[in-house]
Amino acid sequence: MLSNDDLLDHLQSAACGYFLRETNLANGLVADSTRVGAPASIAVVGFALSVYPVAVERGWMPREQAVERVLLTLRFFWRSSQGETGSVTGYKGFYYHFLDLQTGQRVWQSELSLIDTSLLLAGALTAAAYFTGRTNSEAEIRELADSLYRRVEWTWAQNDKTGLSQGWKPESGFLHYGWEGYNEAVLLYVLGLGSPTHPLPSTAYAAWTSTYQWENLYGYDFLYAGPLFVHQFSHAWVDFRSIRDRFMREKRSDYFENSRRATYIQREYSLRNPRGFRGYGRDCWGLTAGDGPSTEVPRADHPKHRLLGYAARGVPFGPDDGTIAPWAALASLPFAPEIALSAVRHYCERYPDMLKDYMLPSGFNPTVTGDGPQGWVSQGHFGLDQGIIVLMIENYRTQLIWKLMRDCRYIRRGLRSAGFRGGWL
Amino acid sequence: MHSATVSSPSLPENQDGRWTVSIPSIEWRNPRPARKYNLVILGGGPAGVLTARAAAAWGAKVALIERNLLGGTCLNTGCIPSKTIIRTSRLYADMRNAEALGAHAPKTITVDFAAAMARMRRIRVRLSRGVSADILSAAGIDVYFGAARFAGSSTVIVADETLRFKKALIATGARPLIPSIPGLVEAGYLTHENVFELTECPRRLLVIGGGPLGCELAQALCRFGSQVTIVQKEPMFLSHEERDAAQILSEVLAREGIDVRLNTEVLRVRKQGNEKLVDLVSDDYSSTVAVDQILVGIGRSPNVESIGLETAGVHYDTDAGVRINDFLQTTNSNIYATGDVCLEHKFMHIEDASARIVVRNALFWGRERVSALTIPWCTYTDPEIAHVGMYVREAIRRGIPVKTFTVPMYDVDRAVADGEEEGFVKIHVKENSDKIIGATVVARHAGEIIDNISLAICSNIGLRRLARVIYPYPTQAAAIKMASDSYNLPRLTPVRSWLLRRWLA
Repeated sequence: MLSNDDLLDHLQSAACGYFLRETNLANGLVADSTRVGAPASIAVVGFALSVYPVAVERGWMPREQAVERVLLTLRFFWRSSQGETGSVTGYKGFYYHFLDLQTGQRVWQSELSLIDTSLLLAGALTAAAYFTGRTNSEAEIRELADSLYRRVEWTWAQNDKTGLSQGWKPESGFLHYGWEGYNEAVLLYVLGLGSPTHPLPSTAYAAWTSTYQWENLYGYDFLYAGPLFVHQFSHAWVDFRSIRDRFMREKRSDYFENSRRATYIQREYSLRNPRGFRGYGRDCWGLTAGDGPSTEVPRADHPKHRLLGYAARGVPFGPDDGTIAPWAALASLPFAPEIALSAVRHYCERYPDMLKDYMLPSGFNPTVTGDGPQGWVSQGHFGLDQGIIVLMIENYRTQLIWKLMRDCRYIRRGLRSAGFRGGWL
Repeated sequence: MHSATVSSPSLPENQDGRWTVSIPSIEWRNPRPARKYNLVILGGGPAGVLTARAAAAWGAKVALIERNLLGGTCLNTGCIPSKTIIRTSRLYADMRNAEALGAHAPKTITVDFAAAMARMRRIRVRLSRGVSADILSAAGIDVYFGAARFAGSSTVIVADETLRFKKALIATGARPLIPSIPGLVEAGYLTHENVFELTECPRRLLVIGGGPLGCELAQALCRFGSQVTIVQKEPMFLSHEERDAAQILSEVLAREGIDVRLNTEVLRVRKQGNEKLVDLVSDDYSSTVAVDQILVGIGRSPNVESIGLETAGVHYDTDAGVRINDFLQTTNSNIYATGDVCLEHKFMHIEDASARIVVRNALFWGRERVSALTIPWCTYTDPEIAHVGMYVREAIRRGIPVKTFTVPMYDVDRAVADGEEEGFVKIHVKENSDKIIGATVVARHAGEIIDNISLAICSNIGLRRLARVIYPYPTQAAAIKMASDSYNLPRLTPVRSWLLRRWLA
């Protein structure tokens, strides 16, 4: 049996392989998924930019090659077209969620996405923090990352309101959806607050946190959010251990501890398994955003239920169609390693056919008919899932990404502006 | 989308004598006015009738004026008819779900829509008996039929008679708010005022507005076999509700086949043969839905026009209604207002509570405040969504730190036994205390369960004391007990735990 370290090494290097294979070496853009015709996702590019330092540290990629890839990517975004029309890459320093993998122009009529731009910038700043060499190339990485970050007009995205909109479309203007309740937008707000050029006011963060809900569920007190990725994505870059904003000071907790509790609540939900789905249990949990079945016929031994396809699933009220995201356990590794490792081992042992060369799928659903006990399995792989696997395993093993971002002045400034104090800050 | 109001559609004639008890008989004659009334009430809806009865019972000389039907919206075109057909629609849903409950589902389920509507009319007749003009007259109330308007600060004219009053109450209610959508009027539409006159279930129905009544009727008609689409302009479903409550209901509606389109506006309606084509737009996505009927449920507009408010010195707003203070007094201190014409929450039970305040404040120098009321409400979908007190966002706005104790219904034994596991009980307490500041319940009978929490709030009973209440086992309301037990658990601090272990060793 593989040791924990060997197992994590296999899983992390397999996930890293996604970015080595799925990148367009002409512009640095990375495919959203391995599916045919998949466009580039700017969020996945952000993960790629953060994965390269890990790959260098672990010896999976020469530093020069990583520098070349990062430069290629940052140069593309810096030179890409920005404008008010739809046939461009971005506007006001933000970028469209999905881009043509070849041309880099907006596709699928996607929105100018604030959160995905934030993930992209987090990746750029991570690369800038890692590539601190004196070579011209590494200096250019730092300059480009800084320029890209400074170019973003965060205050424009407030749309004359206190909080931030979720996005904008050239055809219809700002999306009518804002950020309500705790979610992955912590990183977005921290980056917006930390900007030296267009900083969000602290009131924007306060307005958002005023929509938080502190709940007691299954005996745990926690800042409530249903899908597990909400408790993970910002933590890929920011080390929230022991630093607290006003809300967490009042609750005598912190966001890291909150994610730990959220992870345990996910496991508790699977143990209770109120809808009686197959496979759920102590080592099989993780309701989050990801791929799931949509048209397959459920098993004969389970009543017909509504299948959700690619959706955000959550705990404790769903939606839940029996789909588990196996990568979610790895993304919780820093918070609750004891139960995360146990779950990952369970997936490897119980559903070996689900793993392809140690790559975990976006989702699987044992309640829906498929080949083997794993039931339905998501085809191909998604960059977001693979990216968070690489980063969270690394944070668990060496805290590399956290350490890099602790030294990022923009992150520190953003956190302070949001009212965070204590710990490493 | 601009909004405008239209006058209420007239109710069609029917064959079952439905209205004979709540409208004046042909021989009805308005009484001869008293020299001066202690209280003149404009509007014979729930607020007006309840106030009239209470005031008359205390010996006050009361005049009640109604221009149309006694009983108002709730009885005739609102709560009662909708709840009646919801009951039948639930039965059909249960029949279809029979196998999940261990019963044999009928091979074919034929919906008898006409029978459901006939039952609704019978029940409406039965419940309207208590508010007939004859009964109210017998209670010592002078009942007038006709359009009333203030002629001065202390006089009202109705049917050419002038009524003098010491105090007056405006309880004229509200009417459906109709969006000004091109083609809507030409194509025809339903509101809650005439939807209950349908004789057959529309094969395809579009509901404009995803509010409580819209959702209730959408689900009921869907269960009768209608293919239903809900369209609402707001990006969030039931935006005022607890997010989890809205999400659960949204899931349920989707599972039952209702197409909920949020962040969507109706651009225009076109009539084509027997069907109505509704053009929709959501951001940059346009689509057209073909339906047989359109139900409008975007809200209600207060009846403030043509009643001489200006003459009486009563300030009002055509959107928000009559302006009142916390004692339900208008800008003319001798004139009060209550009910849908002035209150934000347009519910029958709030009218009941505020009617009592009016009687005490107007007739007995009371100083009771409407803001002191603990007001629960319920959306009667399946599952129901019930709420009382403050929402978390409201508490935070007031600077009150909140902690919520959550119990999913699937953890409640009786809910599992009943096959009614969808939902939760969430009780909000002021942090570091056990003071209950609000609660939301989503459950098949949430409207009944919330009563216990309303009682606790009204009686100032905290969550710790609530844990001492014994519930018969098993009940769904035991979820409240489970929430209060959760409150008591964390009170075992490490020190206390250590002491307990020492004690028990």
